Amino acid sequence: MIVAISVGAVTVPVGDVWGIVLHHVTGAGTAPDDPALDQIVWNFRTPRVVLAAVVGAGLAVTGAVLQTVVANPLADPVVLGFSYGATLGAVLVITLGGGAALAGLGVSAAAFLGAIAAGALVFALGQRRGRLAPVRLVLAGVAIGYVFLSATSYVQLRATPTELRTVMFWMLGSVAGAKWEQIPTVTAVVLVTTALLALFGRRLNVLLAGDESATALGVDVNRLRAVLLVLSALLTGTVIAVAGGIGFVGLMIPHLVRLTTGADHRRLLPLTALLGAVYLVLVDLLSRTLNRPNELPLGILTALLGAPFFLWLLRRNKGLD
Amino acid sequence: MKLTVDRLHVTLDHNPILRDVSLRARKGDIVGLVGPNGSGKSTLLRTVYRSLRPADGVVRVGEDDVWELTPRAAARRTAAVLQDTGGNTTGLTVTEIVALGRAPHHGLLGRDGPGDHGAVSDAIDRCGVRPFAERDYASLSGGERQRVLLARALAQEPRLLVLDELTNHLDIRARFELLDLIVATGVTTLAVLHDLDLAARLCDHLVVLSDGAVAAAGPVLDVLTPDLLADVFGVHATTGRHADGVIRVTYAARPLASGREPAADVSSPCRKFRT
Repeated sequence: MIVAISVGAVTVPVGDVWGIVLHHVTGAGTAPDDPALDQIVWNFRTPRVVLAAVVGAGLAVTGAVLQTVVANPLADPVVLGFSYGATLGAVLVITLGGGAALAGLGVSAAAFLGAIAAGALVFALGQRRGRLAPVRLVLAGVAIGYVFLSATSYVQLRATPTELRTVMFWMLGSVAGAKWEQIPTVTAVVLVTTALLALFGRRLNVLLAGDESATALGVDVNRLRAVLLVLSALLTGTVIAVAGGIGFVGLMIPHLVRLTTGADHRRLLPLTALLGAVYLVLVDLLSRTLNRPNELPLGILTALLGAPFFLWLLRRNKGLD
Repeated sequence: MKLTVDRLHVTLDHNPILRDVSLRARKGDIVGLVGPNGSGKSTLLRTVYRSLRPADGVVRVGEDDVWELTPRAAARRTAAVLQDTGGNTTGLTVTEIVALGRAPHHGLLGRDGPGDHGAVSDAIDRCGVRPFAERDYASLSGGERQRVLLARALAQEPRLLVLDELTNHLDIRARFELLDLIVATGVTTLAVLHDLDLAARLCDHLVVLSDGAVAAAGPVLDVLTPDLLADVFGVHATTGRHADGVIRVTYAARPLASGREPAADVSSPCRKFRT
């Protein structure tokens, strides 16, 4: 993380970064001589790197949980429609501009509400006679995702080119706008929901045995699924709201961890959070160094970098046959 | 622990699935549940492992109505090995699968203790799965998988075992191995079995379900009479105790009873062997 903070449009020596961060966190040492350096490191780079880590962790954990909840290896916030809900919310505010601002909604708040709305719809349409069936949930998520996508496309047609560029950057995701004010809330939500989800680790393992077997193992499958869906929607909504629609992380990081260390959720969830955090910090670092001083959206790089490694791992693993 | 099913009625989508079904198993009994496809066997099992709430009647494990117990308390008494196809166990090792059996013994904050490791290890040894305990479950053969699932059930330390077609699709040696394992547990068992000969060999008592009602119940020889086999299963067969003491079902040379013949495709090449 320290290295990630030091590199960017302006490269700051690693030693100086240490000094500045240490000074701010612990009050030790002296304030840096150069206020511009301090400004870059502490007010721009550090929150950005922290946010990348938190968002990466949140997305990866949601993916891991959703894949088990709907018993589908392809599940992630995108497939279940959460991301498209958030996108519609964000795009509406971006294109309506002043109108939505009057309603007191920022892009982040609208994206959060969009994700939660999508989650609520999936929840409502994915059940029949009070039972949340996995296949029904996935299909409801995909269908709802398409509806949100259509609405988003329609809104985009009416947008100005400038707005469209903003929309595109939002949809591909970025943590460039990170501010210290966002960090406490987002970090708290990610930490608390991840900790809660980790508590369900043993029950998530039981869910892998199938619904009937899980019931015979003493798990109230329907209630567990409901709780996990609500926590997942909350977690996704929070991270997408601040970082936009970053794909791939939620889908692939959990599989990477499963392929290397197994599927026991009590190990899987913490490791997934860790790897998701490290991965997004790394991707963000590359996004602002590959094409200096311009920045690339995260969504372009997440898959471009991760997919080849994932495919290599997939070929090496025999357990999937 | 004894099992008492009393005047059970189950309705799914307004269709009656089980009508006035009663059965009991004394402590240590192995009771076989047999009947044609669709007769309600798996539905009856679901009411026992607390997955399906009956419209009327009661299921007691020990002295308690299973619906008066919490899901976890019920699962500490009753373990089930089912034909469950909905799960995805890719990436779990055999030991991890067996350890799932400890879930009913823990709340959200519970961590594995020596008792858990002991129960898992004991179940692994009893079912003979130690040689592949660290392998990926997905890489096992059908017979090995069923032994692992039985070990998972034993790790629950249950006092009632519910088995749904445990020996389906297994080769003959694997079937007999599983039967030996079940007998060796000494746990009260309710087992759905399709193979009548295997059921006759394994069980103390049989309960025959037909169209959601009990057609017969009692000791094997009293239940599997030629008349019942013809009426319920549509086959000509006799059941008898052989000189070696084993009860066997012997199917007739032309086993298909008239009037109960399944509607087969006339052009099917199999047909000429049946008639």
